[in-house]
Amino acid sequence: MAEITYIQAISEGLREEMQRDESVFLLGEDIGNYGGAFKVTKGFVEEFGEERVIDTPLAESAIFGMSIGAALQDMRPVAEMQFSDFVSTGFNQLVNNAAKIHYRWGAAVPMTVRMPTGGGVHGGPFHSQNTEAWFFHVPGLKLVAPSNPYDAKGLIKAAIRDKNPVLYFEHKYLYRREKQELSGDDFLVEIGKGRVAREGEDLTVLTYGSMVPTSLEAASHLESRIDVEVIDLRSLMPLDMELIIGSIKKTNKALIVHEDIKTGGIGAELSARITEEAFEWLDGPIRRVASIDTPVPFAPSLEEYFMPNPDKIAAGIQQLWDY
Amino acid sequence: MTQAELSELVKRSEFTPVAGLSAEDCVTLYYYMQLTRTFEMRLASFYRQGKMVGGVYLGTGNEATSVGATYTLEDRDILAPTHRDIGAHFVKGESLRAMALQLLGRAEGPTGGKDNGLHQGNKEINTLGMISHLGAMISVAAGAALASKIKKSGQVAIHFIGDGTSSIGDFHEGLNFASVMELPVVYIIENNQYAYSTPNSKQYACDWIAQRAHGFDMPGIVVDGTDVVEMYRVTKWAVERARRGEGPALIESQTMRMRGHSEHDSADYVPQKVMEKWEDKDPIDILKNYLRDWGVLTDVTREQIDEQIESEVEKAFEYALDAPVPEGPEAANGVYAR
Repeated sequence: MAEITYIQAISEGLREEMQRDESVFLLGEDIGNYGGAFKVTKGFVEEFGEERVIDTPLAESAIFGMSIGAALQDMRPVAEMQFSDFVSTGFNQLVNNAAKIHYRWGAAVPMTVRMPTGGGVHGGPFHSQNTEAWFFHVPGLKLVAPSNPYDAKGLIKAAIRDKNPVLYFEHKYLYRREKQELSGDDFLVEIGKGRVAREGEDLTVLTYGSMVPTSLEAASHLESRIDVEVIDLRSLMPLDMELIIGSIKKTNKALIVHEDIKTGGIGAELSARITEEAFEWLDGPIRRVASIDTPVPFAPSLEEYFMPNPDKIAAGIQQLWDY
Repeated sequence: MTQAELSELVKRSEFTPVAGLSAEDCVTLYYYMQLTRTFEMRLASFYRQGKMVGGVYLGTGNEATSVGATYTLEDRDILAPTHRDIGAHFVKGESLRAMALQLLGRAEGPTGGKDNGLHQGNKEINTLGMISHLGAMISVAAGAALASKIKKSGQVAIHFIGDGTSSIGDFHEGLNFASVMELPVVYIIENNQYAYSTPNSKQYACDWIAQRAHGFDMPGIVVDGTDVVEMYRVTKWAVERARRGEGPALIESQTMRMRGHSEHDSADYVPQKVMEKWEDKDPIDILKNYLRDWGVLTDVTREQIDEQIESEVEKAFEYALDAPVPEGPEAANGVYAR
C-alpha cells in the first residue's frame, strides 16, 4: 500500500468515479490544462478530454446553474470552487435552486461542489473562510468535511454517487500535511456517519475538518491527566446524532471545536441538540472553542490569534474538565 | 383535443404551407393558444371568487410567443418556461388536469402543493421547473444543453426570459457561458413592455435587448411576438441551427402583458393609449384572421373547437376542485432524494 496525501486522495476519488461512470464530469475555473489552482485535476484533461473536464468562464452562478441543468438531465457534475469563499457569488443557485428542486417537484439533483476551505495558510479575508454554516441552514443540501485521506477519498466518491447536492469541504491546510496508506480498493464513506477519532472516557471533543488533527494533538498533550474522546463528525448535514449523543452519555462533558467563527457556527446547533436530547447526562456546560468573530485576518500573527490551535483547545478541555 | 381530431376539422384544399407549417399545424397552434386563453380566464375568475391560494400570473398577450416557439421542439427536447408560459407547458405535453391540480395546490399535482404557480418541472416531458429568482434558469437551461452536447443526444433547449430578467447578472453569465461553449440552447425574451410596474424605459438603455446578443457573438433577432407564424418561423430557424451544433441564439419577442403583473394588480400605470394599441394586436385574433383568409378553418368549425376547449377546461377544473389538498404532515417529506 502506498502512502498518499489528502489532496491525492481527492484526485484519486475523482478519477475513479470518472472512470467508473461516464455521466461524471468536472467544471470549474482553471481546472483543465492548468489542472486547478491546487492541481487536484492535473492530468485529467489528457485522460478524460475537454468535454468532461471543463474550463469555465469566471462565473460562479453559471457554474452552479450549469451543474443543476446537467444534473437534471441525469449527468453527475462536480463543480469546483477555486476557493470556497467565492461560493457567495453563486449562492442563489445553491440555496434556492439546487437545494429546493427535489422538495418542489421531485427531481433529483445529483451534483457535487468542491469547496477548498479554511485558514492557516495566510490567504487573508477572501481565501481563508469556513463557509459551511452559510449552507447548514438550508434544507436540501448535504455537507461533508473530511479530515484525513481515507475519508477524503471515501466521501468524494460517496458525494458523487449521492442523488442530492453535496457540498464537499476540503481543507486547504490538510492538503499536503495529512498522509495515509490507502488500499486501491473501491470504498465509500457513508454520508451521515461520523467516526471516533480517539477513544476516551472523560470528555468528548466534537469537531471536523482541520480541527480533527489539531484536537488530537491537544488530547495527546493532556493524556496523562484527562482521557479525551475525539469525535470526527465527517458529515455536517446530516449529523450523526446517534454517535454524538452516545459519546456524551459516556463522558458527560462536551467541548465543540471548529475553525469557523463561533457565532452562528455549527457548534451552536450541536450545543442546542445535545441540550435537547441529553441534558440529564451532562455534568458541565457545553463549551466551544472556535475562531473569534471577525473576518479572517491576513498577517500570520493576527491569524494565529484569530484561530484555534492545540494550546487553545487544550486550555478549553482543561477548563471544562475542572468545572 | 388530439392532433387527429383537429386534423379532421381542417379544410386543406388550397393551402400552401407557411413557414413550414401545414394546415393541421396552424389549427393545432390555434387550439393551444385558445386553450391557454380559456384556461387562464378561468383562473382569473377563480381568483375573483376567492378559490385561488396566492397570486395568479397570467400570460394574456403572450400566447403566440409561448405556443409558437415551443411548437418547434421535439418530444425529447428541453423546455425551461417562465411564469407566463402555460401555453408552452401544454404544447410540451403537460395535461390540463395536472396544470389545474398544480395551480390549485392539490396533493395529486406535480408539486403536491409544495410549490405554487408554474413552478413545476416534469422529467417525463423534459420541462425544467423555474424558481422565482428570475435569471437563475438561464444557466440551468444552458446546463441541460451542455448535457445534450456531452451525450451527443441532439437535444435542444428553449428558455423563456422576461424583459426585466435581462437586467440581472445571471443573464450575462448564462448567455456568455452558453456562447463560449456553443451550446444548443435558444433564449427567447418575452418582452411584454413591463416588469411588474417598471416600463422598459427604466429597465434598459438600448433600443432592443436583442442587440446584446452581438456582444456574446450569437444571433440576436427581434420578432413580432403577437404573430404565431413569425414566432414559429424565427424560433424554428434558431432551433435547427442549435441542433446542427452552431450554438445559441437570442430572440426578442415584442408583445404586451395585457393584464396586471398578477391578478391583484390593476396595471393602472400603463397608459390607456398603450393598452388600446396592443388590443389591436391580440395574438389569437391575428391567427383567427389568418385561418379565415387562408381558408383553413371556417368560423363555424373554429367555434366547434372553442366549445371543445371550454369543455376540456371545465373537466380539468372540476376534477381539481374536488381533489384533496395535501395532508399537513406531508410538509416534512421530500427534502432529499433517496
